[in-house]
Amino acid sequence: MSIDMQRRLFLRGSLAAGAMGLAIGAGLLAPRAVLAAWPKQAFEAKKLPEAMQVLLGGDQAAKSGDIKLKVPEIAENGAVVPVKVSTSIENVESITVFAVNNPVPLVSSFQFGEGAVGLVATRIKMGKTSDVVAVVKAGGKLYSASETVKVTIGGCGG
Amino acid sequence: MAKKTIRLKAKEAKGITTVKALMEHAMESGNRKDKKTGKKIPGHFIQEVVCETGGKTVMTALWGGGVSKNPYLSFQFKGAAKGDVLKLSWVDNQGNSDSLEAKIR
Repeated sequence: MSIDMQRRLFLRGSLAAGAMGLAIGAGLLAPRAVLAAWPKQAFEAKKLPEAMQVLLGGDQAAKSGDIKLKVPEIAENGAVVPVKVSTSIENVESITVFAVNNPVPLVSSFQFGEGAVGLVATRIKMGKTSDVVAVVKAGGKLYSASETVKVTIGGCGG
Repeated sequence: MAKKTIRLKAKEAKGITTVKALMEHAMESGNRKDKKTGKKIPGHFIQEVVCETGGKTVMTALWGGGVSKNPYLSFQFKGAAKGDVLKLSWVDNQGNSDSLEAKIR
C-alpha cells in the first residue's frame, strides 16, 4: 500500500466523522466563498445534496416533467458527454448540471440574467456510470430531472 | 494572450438569440495523476464564463473541473437585436482570462 493510499483512507476516515467535520469545514470555507463569486465550497462538496444546499440554498428539488434533459444513454467516452437541458418553466434563474457519481458532483451552473429562455448545452466529463441531474431554479423554487448515463470509459481518473 | 481561445457565434431569430461558443482550454480537473511521476496534476480549469450584451449580463456560467476539455457552451436568451454586440469572457482558476466580442447576426 502506497503512502497515497493511506492518505486516501485517512481522508475517508475523517469524512466519516460526519456532521461535526462538515460543520467545521463549512465554517472555514464560508469567508472564502463570500470573497469570490465562484462558489468554491459548492465545487468542493463531495455529495449532491451538500453541493445543492451550498449553491442553490436547498437540497430538495421537485421532479418536473417540464425539464427536458438530453444525454446519451451510453457514453463511450466519459471525457466528453454532451448534455442539453431545456425547460418550459418561466422565469428561470439558473440551470445546474450535476453528475452524481463524479468526485465532485457539481459540474456546471448557468446563472441567467433577464430574458432567460431556459436552454443550455455543454459537454461534461463523467468518471463512471451515473445519474445526471439537472436542477432548474425558477421563482425561488427548485425543479429537477435526471437521466442515467452509462459510461464505458471514464473521463475523470488518470 | 496572443492566440484567441474563443470561438463565438450569436444568431437572432424571432426575438431569441442563440449563442454558441467554443473555448480552448485544458480543463484539468485536479483529480488526475501523472502516470510517470505519480503526482497529481494540478487543477486548471475555467471557473467563470460571463456573457454580456448592452451592458447587461445575460448569462454567467460557473464551472468546475467536470466540464470537458475545450468546453462547448450554448444557450439562448431574449431581448437582443441583430447587430448588437455580445461579449463573452472567461476566467480560470490560475487567473488567466480571455474575451471576445461578436455581433449578433
